[in-house]
Amino acid sequence: MEELLNIFVKSIFIDNMIFAYFLGMCSYLAVSKTVETSTGLGIAVIFVLGITVPVNYLIENFLLKKGALDWIMGDAAKDIDLSFLSFIMFIAVIASMVQLVEMIVEKVSPTLYANLGIFLPLIAVNCAILGGALFMQEREYNSIAEASVFALGSGVGWFLAVVGVAAIREKIRYSNVPAPLRGLGITFIVTGLMGIAFMSFMGINL
Amino acid sequence: MSLFSSKDLKLLTNPLNMNNPITIQVLGICSALAVTVKLEPAVVMSVSVLFVLALANVIISLLRNTIPTRIRIIVQLVVIASLVIVVDQVLKAFVYDVSKQLSVFVGLIITNCIIMGRLEAFALGNKPWPAFLDGVGNAAGYGVILIVVAFFRELLGSGTIWGFQVIPEGFYEMGYANNGLMILPPMALIVVGIIIWIQRARSRDLIES
Repeated sequence: MEELLNIFVKSIFIDNMIFAYFLGMCSYLAVSKTVETSTGLGIAVIFVLGITVPVNYLIENFLLKKGALDWIMGDAAKDIDLSFLSFIMFIAVIASMVQLVEMIVEKVSPTLYANLGIFLPLIAVNCAILGGALFMQEREYNSIAEASVFALGSGVGWFLAVVGVAAIREKIRYSNVPAPLRGLGITFIVTGLMGIAFMSFMGINL
Repeated sequence: MSLFSSKDLKLLTNPLNMNNPITIQVLGICSALAVTVKLEPAVVMSVSVLFVLALANVIISLLRNTIPTRIRIIVQLVVIASLVIVVDQVLKAFVYDVSKQLSVFVGLIITNCIIMGRLEAFALGNKPWPAFLDGVGNAAGYGVILIVVAFFRELLGSGTIWGFQVIPEGFYEMGYANNGLMILPPMALIVVGIIIWIQRARSRDLIES
């Protein structure tokens, strides 16, 4: 339990997707103009990460990893290493899961769909989602619970970052920013400064 | 000059400055910043993106009349993912250290917005040769920014360039110290912010209102 909490806090604050790894920057820069849209996208990212990372975890551990096919082929599978296929598998899972989630959400909760709808297709090509899957693979989490907690934590971290920057950008509209820095430039610098602020969390260990 | 008409040349040179994928089109920031701590991974990353983008552009451009519009994203992802697997395996075989440093960011070329963006915006509507040039041009524009950022971060952060010490020992004895902040992730954002600032200050029509 403690371990899970540790992973959760770490993935929100220390290994923050945006400030430490710059994942999902494209959509982050595009939607962080208002708090409302960025909240929508942030929730969608938490949602999709929480679903795709555990699914990819299962695929990685029961299909792709060296010796992962043991459970169907027995000893004969010991030397089979399909991990070079992981990129294409992960992206296929993400693209199809996003499609599936979109259809389910549309059916089950039309209000949620109205809020998330436009963002869901965008998410299939959001680096944060694939990044989540690849970090999960690289860090070799021990159980699906750890992988899911990591995914949720990363999603929450992304959400915090995008909403925070959107709030700053809304305020900054009334400030006198040097003309060449307006828009994109100042957003980069604000994000950098927020990143420095987040670095103070470094070393936290529960 | 018969190989490049002036239109073709424009495809190549425009993304280097006035239509730069990173500072103007805002594509591909994700992987751009994380690999710029040192010059070497930045160059390797640029070359990988150049390879993937140029070839993906050509392949999609060749297939453009046969891909049904509704499933084009999946088709594009499959093409890109296969090319990235090739790059990843080659890097692992020949420059293992760099491939370890790049870690997940090689895989993330798949979702690099530059590639999807150029495929959508250019390759789907143009012949293979211009698409190839567009790919090379945009990847070069991406590479230029990466290399500039990595140059300053490595020089100021570690006092080296490409792993070689360039700041003389004497400076350190006089009290010069490497700026440790430059190695940390947030400074990549700030350096890019400054590059955008300089670029827009030089060509005023790029300024956002």
